[in-house]
Amino acid sequence: MFGLKNTSLFGDTKKLEREIDEFVDILSEVGLVFKSIIPTYLNHSANGKFEEMVDRVKEMESKADKITKEVEHTLYEETLIPDARSDVLRLLEHLDEVIGMYQGNCYHFSIQKPDFPKEFHQDLIELTDIVVRCVEALCLTVRSFFRGIQSVRDNAHKVTFYEKESDIKFSALARKIFDSNLSLDKKMHLRYFVEKIDRICDQAEDIADEIQIYSIKRSV
Amino acid sequence: MDIAIIIFLFGGLFLGWSLGANDAANVFGTAVGTRMIRFKTAAIVCSIFIILGAIISGAGTTETLGKLGSINALPGAFAACVAAGLSVYVMTKFGLPVSTTQAIVGAIIGWNIYTGSPTNMKVLIIILGTWVLCPIIAGLIAIFFYTLTKKFIHSSKLHILRLDAYTRAALVLAGAFGAYSLGANNIANVMGVFVPISPFTDVNIMNIFTFSSKEQLFLLGGIAISVGVFTYSKRVMFTIGNDLLKMSPIAAFIVVVSHSIVLFLFASQGISNFLQSINLPPIPLVPVSSSQAVVGGVIGIGLLKGGKEVRWSIAGKICLGWFTLPVIAAFMSFIILFILQNIFNLTVNI
Repeated sequence: MFGLKNTSLFGDTKKLEREIDEFVDILSEVGLVFKSIIPTYLNHSANGKFEEMVDRVKEMESKADKITKEVEHTLYEETLIPDARSDVLRLLEHLDEVIGMYQGNCYHFSIQKPDFPKEFHQDLIELTDIVVRCVEALCLTVRSFFRGIQSVRDNAHKVTFYEKESDIKFSALARKIFDSNLSLDKKMHLRYFVEKIDRICDQAEDIADEIQIYSIKRSV
Repeated sequence: MDIAIIIFLFGGLFLGWSLGANDAANVFGTAVGTRMIRFKTAAIVCSIFIILGAIISGAGTTETLGKLGSINALPGAFAACVAAGLSVYVMTKFGLPVSTTQAIVGAIIGWNIYTGSPTNMKVLIIILGTWVLCPIIAGLIAIFFYTLTKKFIHSSKLHILRLDAYTRAALVLAGAFGAYSLGANNIANVMGVFVPISPFTDVNIMNIFTFSSKEQLFLLGGIAISVGVFTYSKRVMFTIGNDLLKMSPIAAFIVVVSHSIVLFLFASQGISNFLQSINLPPIPLVPVSSSQAVVGGVIGIGLLKGGKEVRWSIAGKICLGWFTLPVIAAFMSFIILFILQNIFNLTVNI
């Protein structure tokens, strides 16, 4: 009666809260796996483990997709948060794209098997580390959007900071690659990989900017 | 019952219908307009609580209107209601946030002037004073609750989904309270003029309680308001929710609460008696404008946010309405009484 569906209203809310939390957990976990994937890939002796990790990322990506669909369905079916529904769904879709970018990078490494000479290993690992930190800061921004809007600005600022760090690292590494004695095709191949990893940070920064706008809209 | 009585009562019922059609939107407009609550939910809750408010707490404001001028013939009461209804319609066409309250007061004064009955100036000044106080108090209450709610939300760190669920529940509760207060405060506008000349008699139900003629009138008025809610308020609610008051559901909740408290304050015999018992001046029980209480609440929140969003033109229009609407209603009442007496040969004053 009354269209409130009282028995299920708070139940649906709790379920959705759990799903959104789980989604952000996946985003964070995929980053941590990705952080280990690059050194594992660079260490050619552990190729079996690398493929295992790629499969793990794939599983997590599928799970994230499933959650996005469920959240979308529940939000519309139960007409929850009508004023912020489209913002939340857009946010989840864009976060899903970040997971997709991690997965894409893993696939490209797995298929194209780029040959990074030893002199670039440390830089590539450091770039990956910055990217993962950037996405971690994004996860905090997302959580604060849902639970404590006042912290959104601080966390979004961290995302911007890491994005700049990532740009610096990317430029330095790309310069190093092109200054090396490798052939041009190899240089371009390696640059492609470095650029693809760096793009994750650009996407994270765009999402953090979006969240800041959403939080202004949601301020009481 | 004489068919003429039914026709005359229709004047009040029409006023009730228009009150339900317009003022229910003040209580549930933003909630329904922003789709936080379904219209059906809002209409059911609104109707039940308007009727309860009218029957349980509607007597105080009715008594005050009676002191202003006691219309003693049904055609006179009919003229007052029609004059009030028409003047509200005219002013609404000009986009002024007017209320049946100001119209009915003007119409009663029109009857007083036409019949040569004295207007109780002391009561009139009290009524005028409450009209000015109504949006101001609503604004102050809104500022208080807004500050409190903001602090609570920031410190509680509720998930937006949980906050959304609580806000929905709060909007239904605030709406129920708002509807009760609206019924209690504004039933006097709809049925007040008929009370001294009620065509009903007291009904004793199984020696348990007596359903007085006044309560029967209030029930009828409450039903008329409910019909207005069900038949016409949906459109007004969507207009309020989407066009006029662009605000968050939480701000909407605060506006509804402020509005409801003000209407309740000016209708509650209990609070008035309590204040008197502790040697404080009693609150005058006066029908006040629901729309203006809402605008007062919105302006209060706007001022707290720095005042940039406040549309001062609306505040100006409210002040204009305090004077122009009663004058227009009094004038229309005078003309309608003249027509009823001289063309239809009806007795408008005994």
